[in-house]
Amino acid sequence: MKYTLIAWMRDKPGVLSRVAGMMRRRNFNIDSLQVGHSETPGISRMTFVVDGNERMVDQVIKQLRKLVDVTRVENISEQPIVAREMALIRVSTNAENRSEIVQMVNIYRGEIVDVALDSMIVQIVGSEDRVASLIDLLDNFGIIEMVRTGPVAMARGQMEHKYRRSTAVWRAQANGRDATAAERFRTGGV
Amino acid sequence: MVWEALLREGVRVIFGHPGGAILPTYDALAPYEAAGKIHHVLVRHEQCAAHMADGWARATGEVGVCIATSGPGATNLVTGLATAQMDSVPVVAITGQVPTNLLGTDAFQESDVVGVTAPVCKHNYLVTDVNELPLILKEAFYIAREGRPGVVLIDICKDVQNAEGWFRYDFEIDLPGFEPWPQVDMEAVRKAAELINKAERPLVLAGHGVQLAGVGRELLQMVEKAEIPVVTTLLGAGNIPESHPLSLGMGGMHGEAYANRAVQSCDVLIAMGMRFDDRITGRLDAFAKQAKIIHFEVDKAEVGKNVVPDVAVVGDLAETLPALLPLIEERRHQVWLQEIREWKKDTEQTDILNYEVDELIPPFVIRQLWHATHNAKNGPPIIVTDVGQHQMWECQYFTHDHPGQLITSGGLGTMGFALPAAIGAQMAHPDRLVWAVVGDGGFQMTMQELAVIKQEGNLPVKIAIINNGFLGMVRQWQQLFYEKRYVGTPVWSPDFVKLAEAYQIPALAVTKPEQVVPALEQALNTPGPFLIDFRVKEEVNVYPMVAPGAAVDQLIRRPKPAVMQGYSGVQPSW
Repeated sequence: MKYTLIAWMRDKPGVLSRVAGMMRRRNFNIDSLQVGHSETPGISRMTFVVDGNERMVDQVIKQLRKLVDVTRVENISEQPIVAREMALIRVSTNAENRSEIVQMVNIYRGEIVDVALDSMIVQIVGSEDRVASLIDLLDNFGIIEMVRTGPVAMARGQMEHKYRRSTAVWRAQANGRDATAAERFRTGGV
Repeated sequence: MVWEALLREGVRVIFGHPGGAILPTYDALAPYEAAGKIHHVLVRHEQCAAHMADGWARATGEVGVCIATSGPGATNLVTGLATAQMDSVPVVAITGQVPTNLLGTDAFQESDVVGVTAPVCKHNYLVTDVNELPLILKEAFYIAREGRPGVVLIDICKDVQNAEGWFRYDFEIDLPGFEPWPQVDMEAVRKAAELINKAERPLVLAGHGVQLAGVGRELLQMVEKAEIPVVTTLLGAGNIPESHPLSLGMGGMHGEAYANRAVQSCDVLIAMGMRFDDRITGRLDAFAKQAKIIHFEVDKAEVGKNVVPDVAVVGDLAETLPALLPLIEERRHQVWLQEIREWKKDTEQTDILNYEVDELIPPFVIRQLWHATHNAKNGPPIIVTDVGQHQMWECQYFTHDHPGQLITSGGLGTMGFALPAAIGAQMAHPDRLVWAVVGDGGFQMTMQELAVIKQEGNLPVKIAIINNGFLGMVRQWQQLFYEKRYVGTPVWSPDFVKLAEAYQIPALAVTKPEQVVPALEQALNTPGPFLIDFRVKEEVNVYPMVAPGAAVDQLIRRPKPAVMQGYSGVQPSW
């Protein structure tokens, strides 16, 4: 089964290689991994999709938590989540099929971001299924080049109190006020 | 700056080898060494610097520090660091690195030390800015020491070592991602106590964590109160005195049959400060199936890694065990203990020491070593073993009555560990008796460190080489599982007595059983170091043995005296 995990980590040099190295060392299978900034300066947010059984995922989470630079890990597989991928697809076109492709892309709520005489670049943002099925469709016209991200994810609905406070702690820090170490630990902020 | 920080961390001795990229730091050591504040021990190979720091740390419970230069110096450290990390020993390693502007250019003696050592460290740092250095040093010691101890490496660029900066050390450690002491869940402690109180056949499986938390006494109180027998892991030897009637000694691959059988027959297994290594569990799906398992552990990631416990008590044993103690009811388990005593009797019948042997066999040597040393002045002797057959014999035939008495490489199983670690332990306790028990194979991996014994003022380390002309444990496997094809296991050795002489260390060779006691006496009466080369019978095996991948009760038992001659192959268990 596939599990979606989110990890927050200090934005230190080498943190990505630490995480990736741990995953390789412990023989965990990562389907995809996305890294980017979070709402807090100095904290990166990673979204993992991990393939395995429950015990393995339990280990992945615990081993991630053991890394000093990783401040917080959450398993959101059980929760309702919003997970989105993005893809850029360069598809070959000619005068006859161009409008057909544009129609399809519109149905999928994608965008044409570049047009050349013999090809165009399609951008799509959406759930894994939606991205995959547009790719399948466009494949009929000939895909010249493609880049696709893994999903980035976030839990739906109202956030639990403690995490809302965490933002408050971060804000406090940004404003130059200090939060206690314990508070920061609990919330995963720095 | 480095030295000021080390002083504040209470470091008195460091082990290392200088080189180009660490020279500025060495140069700055001069005043501290002259003032007698920090003593530097020059090793002959960096691996041994890590082992010595490891031995020091295990003997004192403080953080051991080793230091090496960039490139080859740092990569040589790796084995020693991995050894310490696997056995949860607090070690801080400091390495030099090429100047910041040369990083990544494949400069002379450059290697990606942070990358190379990341898998064998709890954490590591590359320092490229002198202003970060004091905080990093403080964090390093904090991370190495707190929670489950481990190894932290600091790789310092040469230009940072040369740079000047303000030194301060009053930082508050702020590591949001580091949770060394998890909050204890008292509900779990209560559940554990409930299970233990209900148990008819309880058993404690105690590991290294009991020593690290320093709760041997509490453990003894608990097991005496509820009359629970105790099996230890290799590194847990001496958690409760092995001469105590409730102690069953070591379990696992070379544990006694009754210890393993107790593990397989208990109804509640109380695992404390141990991580269910494959050498203790044997085949996992056949391990203690009948038992409810309670796991006391400080490292959350170890809970459920190999064995899924019924109750997990996460937290410092020094907190959880005293909390558990008053909840345990006084109980007697005579039926259960009687059963174990029966199994024990059976084992004693086949014990190799119980029948006449006129050849020099290692178990006899170890037993005599115990007779000669266990009442040593200045506290119990520290035995440092290498890895292999002699290590297992030491566990079986030396009675460890004190925690921390046995220092050995358990997790990584590093040959060549004994001599340097013994030197480290002896430096930590100059007055105590330290014996390195080592095989002929492992000794030759690090025997160059004999020079350190002399250079450090004739350290009184005693060395017992169990010399059987083979890489004994590998040979045993070849005998049992590869039809006696002894490929690569016969070892040619130099004359160790002459070798010791070359290092100006008095030495003796022993070939007959009756020479053992006088030789040991001579070693003990000679001030300073002494080396004994025990030339033992060649093809002796360590029994009992659990074949790799077998369940722990599927033992290869000790051969009965009658079938000793020409014994080969597997005997049925029980």
